[in-house]
Amino acid sequence: MAQRGIREFYGKRMLAKYLPEYLGGSFGYEGEIALVDEKTNWDTLVKENPWLKTKPLVAKPDQLFGKRGKHGLLLIDKNLDEVRKWIGERMNKETKVGKITDSLTHFIIEPLVKHEEEYYLAIKSNVTGDTIYFSTKGGMDIESVWDTVSEIDVPASTDIETIDVAAKLPAELDDKKKKLVSKYIKGLYKYYADLHFAYLEINPFAMSGDNIFPLDMVARLDDTALYECVEKWGETDFPPPFGRVMSKEEAYIKSLDEKTGASLKLTLINPEGRIWTLVAGGGASVIYADTIADLGKAEEIANYGEYSGDPNKEMTYEYTKTLLDLMTRTKHPKGKVLLIGGGIANFTDIAKTFTGIIQALNDYKDKLKENNVKIYVRRGGPNYKEGLRLMRELGETLGVPIEVYGPETHMTKIVSLGLEEN
Amino acid sequence: MKDYKLFDRNTEAVIYGYQRNAIQRMLDFDYVSSREKPSVTAIVNPTALKGGLHKAFMGEKELLIPIYPTIADVMKNHSTIETMVNFASFRSAFPTTMEALDYDQLRVISVIAEGMPERYAKEVTAKAKKIGGKILIGPATVGGIVAGAFKIGNTGGMLDNIVESKLHRSGSVGFVSKSGGLSNEANNIIGRNTDGLYEGVAIGGDRYPFSTLTDHLFRYEANPEIKMIVALGEVGGEDEYKIVAALKEGRITKPLVMWNIGTCAGIFKTEVQFGHAGARADKAAETATAKNEALREAGAIVPDSFENYDVVIKETFDKLVADGKHKPIPLTEAPAMPMDYAKALKEKVIRRPRNFVATISDDSGDELAYGGPYDSERSMTISDVFKNEIGIGGVISLLWFKKLLPPWATKFLEMAVMITADHGAAVSGAHNAIVTARAGKDLISCIVSGMLTIGPRFGGAVHGAAKHFSEASDAKKTPLQFVTDMKKAGINIPGIGHLVKSVQNPDQRVTLMKEYAKKNFPSTEVLDYALKVEEVTTSKRNNLIMNVDGCIGILFIDMMRSSGEFTAEEMQQVLDLEGLNSLFILGRTIGMMGHVFDQKRLKQPLYRHPMDDILYY
Repeated sequence: MAQRGIREFYGKRMLAKYLPEYLGGSFGYEGEIALVDEKTNWDTLVKENPWLKTKPLVAKPDQLFGKRGKHGLLLIDKNLDEVRKWIGERMNKETKVGKITDSLTHFIIEPLVKHEEEYYLAIKSNVTGDTIYFSTKGGMDIESVWDTVSEIDVPASTDIETIDVAAKLPAELDDKKKKLVSKYIKGLYKYYADLHFAYLEINPFAMSGDNIFPLDMVARLDDTALYECVEKWGETDFPPPFGRVMSKEEAYIKSLDEKTGASLKLTLINPEGRIWTLVAGGGASVIYADTIADLGKAEEIANYGEYSGDPNKEMTYEYTKTLLDLMTRTKHPKGKVLLIGGGIANFTDIAKTFTGIIQALNDYKDKLKENNVKIYVRRGGPNYKEGLRLMRELGETLGVPIEVYGPETHMTKIVSLGLEEN
Repeated sequence: MKDYKLFDRNTEAVIYGYQRNAIQRMLDFDYVSSREKPSVTAIVNPTALKGGLHKAFMGEKELLIPIYPTIADVMKNHSTIETMVNFASFRSAFPTTMEALDYDQLRVISVIAEGMPERYAKEVTAKAKKIGGKILIGPATVGGIVAGAFKIGNTGGMLDNIVESKLHRSGSVGFVSKSGGLSNEANNIIGRNTDGLYEGVAIGGDRYPFSTLTDHLFRYEANPEIKMIVALGEVGGEDEYKIVAALKEGRITKPLVMWNIGTCAGIFKTEVQFGHAGARADKAAETATAKNEALREAGAIVPDSFENYDVVIKETFDKLVADGKHKPIPLTEAPAMPMDYAKALKEKVIRRPRNFVATISDDSGDELAYGGPYDSERSMTISDVFKNEIGIGGVISLLWFKKLLPPWATKFLEMAVMITADHGAAVSGAHNAIVTARAGKDLISCIVSGMLTIGPRFGGAVHGAAKHFSEASDAKKTPLQFVTDMKKAGINIPGIGHLVKSVQNPDQRVTLMKEYAKKNFPSTEVLDYALKVEEVTTSKRNNLIMNVDGCIGILFIDMMRSSGEFTAEEMQQVLDLEGLNSLFILGRTIGMMGHVFDQKRLKQPLYRHPMDDILYY
């Protein structure tokens, strides 16, 4: 639950549909934009968007990364056949963007817009409210011309109509333009606030006569506001960032996570790594990963993850099994370390969650031995004594060394124990 | 109360939202802290439109806490309340917090809900700033605690952990973090390495919390009872730089031990959103490592890893003591907490004989079970009842006899219920139900009125026939001898005789049942005997045939005997328990309800029996 990026496609469609409400009328942009993914049926697409056949087109990927022109991923002034071919050549291809490699899966097509000026506009949420950024030098790397940007602060709970926006706009705009731009800024701000955007950047937005066109747009929504905006956000989704490719196991844990009220998270960092963590709690899981890195073993961290919110026995069993399976796939000459860690729980029954973990450990008994795994446990909270007793008892039968600690031992002590001894 | 103080030992709260467990946990904390008065004075439950009272414990004593439907009602009635713990959902947390801000008496407001839209959180903060003098905690937090004085909601976890972390009495360390999940761990670390916590606050993990780490650090700086400060920051946001500035400007002078979590963020390929909405570094300065560096440089005590967090806390505290700046506050014992009955029972500390025993069904397992306790051999879960299609006969069999009889037997039970379901409007049961319905009474009164006529003369023949025929057949009396004996004893043979039906004009219901039994029962010993008796009686008069009551009773005995599922004692028990009447009662209830509905649909007026039909003598 946080600020999350949305596709340009949905951002622009939403703008076309709802901005007029806040401007008090149309603004010339009709939301002519088409989204293409591998399942797209081109005939249907053309039927729904007849302009595809008649207008010169622009195409680019739509996967939450910017600077597409710079990365050679922008096609301008081509006809439908050319666009189709260009997208076809790139669809589902591994592509390197900056330092990140991932498949291109989503593209947008728009008509090429002839325009006079290119402006820059952004609205960004900050701790006291929002700030509106405006520059007449749109369409380029805005950082390089930051001194041309006008900033207009809108404190929380302030009616934008009470702010003299026109007076704060760059001097090079004449009064008529200032009035027009100010009208658009106010309308956009109301739209941004009402639809719970956290970030909205239109760079450039083109002006042609009295109309404006968003040429390139980046937007983030505050997803906690879904309950208020479900209708206006419509089909808008929150795609994962470019480069986050989920393994089968990560996807499985995500599916478990979505099924319950409890939280189950797993990110594989280095499947060849020696140090595996099975940690309860969001904060504690970060601290364990930190401590391993702080002790100079970052390259040996195999995974990041956590379970919390009182998952039941079946859930901790499935979660542990998935982890143990990954952990015992390739042997390491120095053996491996499993850290079953956690702070002092508020209300989670430790013995109950441990029962699922123990069952999975028993299932993987032989593989754990083969991989020369050593286990360290540290946990506190309701019924922890029983939970730790069960773990110690397991240590006697599992054939894999298990060291067990409670709240009397510092939470991350098992990290240094595990790293030093192994 | 001083501005820098959050709560003291007299702070009274209103809890928004009917959070029974959180309320009890607060009162338990009050008890181990030896508070004089409970910290919860009132509850707002917006769905309790007429208000009410909540019963809770303070130690072993019980108290009643008033419940109101609105915050306004609480304010009108309780001028001593100074704080609100807001458990409203993420949907209503915003409007309720905005409302609470309007009341001068509510100085501190904590918002527990996770998922308040960021725009709204900022509006709350802006309003509080404008009013001034308010302290807000949250959103998305467990809250905070002033040791030995006041606890917000569920802060601190279970009571034994609270006492183990020395939170039942005041210490001298101020703690603040974003994460509420780690606050127990921090309380534990502080409890083990210093003289204990004075106050701990978790501001919540959202991007725009109402109050910041810095806000609370300044309060701790101002509070003379706090000797050292411990803080836990995290990756994301720039609040920690305000602390850096405050240290450099000399606005924080007390020893400050601080660590920012999330130093591992660099190991991930793409940007990582940790659990907290605010825990994401958008630029280099927001990384945990940069923050740790900056704080260390500004004079905070920053360990080289969380691994040494406890060590530096201990060193810092010991130094205060060694330098004579602080005299450790001694540990006092917390009063023993009476154990909850439910908990004691669960932990097998106590036992208690049950007042009730039930052996025919069980609703305490994962699923309702018929026939016996959940998990037992003889019971069947409700989903299996349908999966196996055991029908109403199977359900009767499970609930009456605690065993599932074979399908031919359960089918017979169903047949009996169907056949006895109704017998027209003239019979006493239906008649009474109709008269009662026409008197304008409710359904259950009508049914009961009809049902009360069931007995020896109406419906009772089922039981009588079963008893007499089975006894005679077991005694190997010849049919003639049986008829003669009954006559001598002056008893009309139950189950024999019909008002209109006769040998030539048989009762179809009896024919159906006889045919079914002959075809499906393993044996029909008593029926065969009864048919011979019928030969004797019909030879005297042709309407002395076996009637429907007799047939059901007799076949019921045959069913029990030939199923092999009943011992002799069990069979006797079924008879003694009126097991046979029960079939008639069950079946006939269906018909009586029909008659009641019928009368009411027809809007029949009050029945008055015609005078000329009564003989006044």
